Amino acid sequence: MTKTLIRTAAACAVLMATAGCSNVEPWVKPYERDHLADPIMALDMHPVATAYELHVWDAREGARGGTGGAGGGCGCN
Amino acid sequence: MPSRHFDFAILLLLLTLLPGALCATVLPEDRADVLYHRYEGGGVTIDGPSVLLRKQVGKNFSLSANYYLDMVSSASIDVVTTASPYTEERKQGSLGVTYLYGNTLMNVGYTRSDESDYAANSLNFSVSQDLFGQMTTVTLGYAVGWDEVGKSNDPEFRRDVDRQQYSLAVTQIVTRSLIMSFAFDAITDEGFLNNPYRSVRFLAADQPAGYQFEPEVYPNTRTSGAGAITARYRLPWRAALHGSYRYFSDTWGIESHTGEIGYVHPWKYGITFSTRYRHYTQDQADFYADLFPRSNAQNFMGRDKELSTFQSTTIRAGASWEFVSDGWSVIEKGSLNLFWDRIRFDYENFRDLRVTGAAPGEEPLYGFDADVVQLFVSFWF
Repeated sequence: MTKTLIRTAAACAVLMATAGCSNVEPWVKPYERDHLADPIMALDMHPVATAYELHVWDAREGARGGTGGAGGGCGCN
Repeated sequence: MPSRHFDFAILLLLLTLLPGALCATVLPEDRADVLYHRYEGGGVTIDGPSVLLRKQVGKNFSLSANYYLDMVSSASIDVVTTASPYTEERKQGSLGVTYLYGNTLMNVGYTRSDESDYAANSLNFSVSQDLFGQMTTVTLGYAVGWDEVGKSNDPEFRRDVDRQQYSLAVTQIVTRSLIMSFAFDAITDEGFLNNPYRSVRFLAADQPAGYQFEPEVYPNTRTSGAGAITARYRLPWRAALHGSYRYFSDTWGIESHTGEIGYVHPWKYGITFSTRYRHYTQDQADFYADLFPRSNAQNFMGRDKELSTFQSTTIRAGASWEFVSDGWSVIEKGSLNLFWDRIRFDYENFRDLRVTGAAPGEEPLYGFDADVVQLFVSFWF
């Protein structure tokens, strides 16, 4: 599983390295993003609360990860 | 820390430096959050503060720092049936640096957590790149962790745990009102992964209760994968609807599904209400049993209820009040926030051993309610 992810990540890194944003025409123009710029549309409106909630779940559930970025250890036993 | 993983992180950094500045990507906002948190349920009370600061330095750097404290008072079902109630503290500190280069954000962070019998360290790297006219953001992450496990009643006891985490996240603007993200994490653990205090129980006809306890034995390795999809939609009136789904599985045989839906509604006087519903289910680990047939019944044995088959549901009510919206002194904006979550845990094969008189394995199933309260103030400057 880890090898597959490394390959996928490396492919994405190459994509990021070779893709510019000028070649693809954005179908939502910058001036059409007023709704998306509204603070209530932030994917993480309250970072300090989100970090705490992840800790609450990690300590009480078997599942972990899938939260959108690299994070640290739980520190709970 | 294996060197090949650092090589991987450096490769990511170098590759993402290549595109150069094509569109305007910005550093995270300068802000400060001071939070009081309280968890109460199942005989456990945990509360304490958390402080999060983020400040831009120069044009290209943003620094972040977090201090977090858990004050634990535990008389959980595990504790009252196999040990004694206890109190303890867990302190955690984090430092991070974010560097902006063209369309790329690079982040490095370190976290240290200390308890009387457990210390955890982690170092994380991530690279985030805006693509296609800032319609798409791709984030790659890697974290390495190293923990030291102790035992309060045995000063000689010391075990290690090594962790690695690989992350990929893609955020996509779909329409003028819809944004979606996909995230995948692979995590590997190696070392002493069980709780040194927890026990499994097995049938023992010569005991008054009909059963006896012995220490848990877990595998020394665990690898897990989690994939999640999240969507956030701006409704025709000023409100946001959001939902997410996560699938998880690991090499211990645990499989879980998590679904969540929520609604955010700004009202008058700078007040915003929010609510959400979350449902979580999981199947048990292969080596979990509430009651083993005999001592040392198999090579790996666990009776941690977090490894059992169970489900939980969470309902939230929350409100935020923006008490500074037009700037005051150096503060651009300030908000006061209160969130309350009620969580119900229902275990399908973890039994309540506080109930006496029942035959072993016939005790009622365990379940409990927990209340989670967060009160915090946020400032943007």
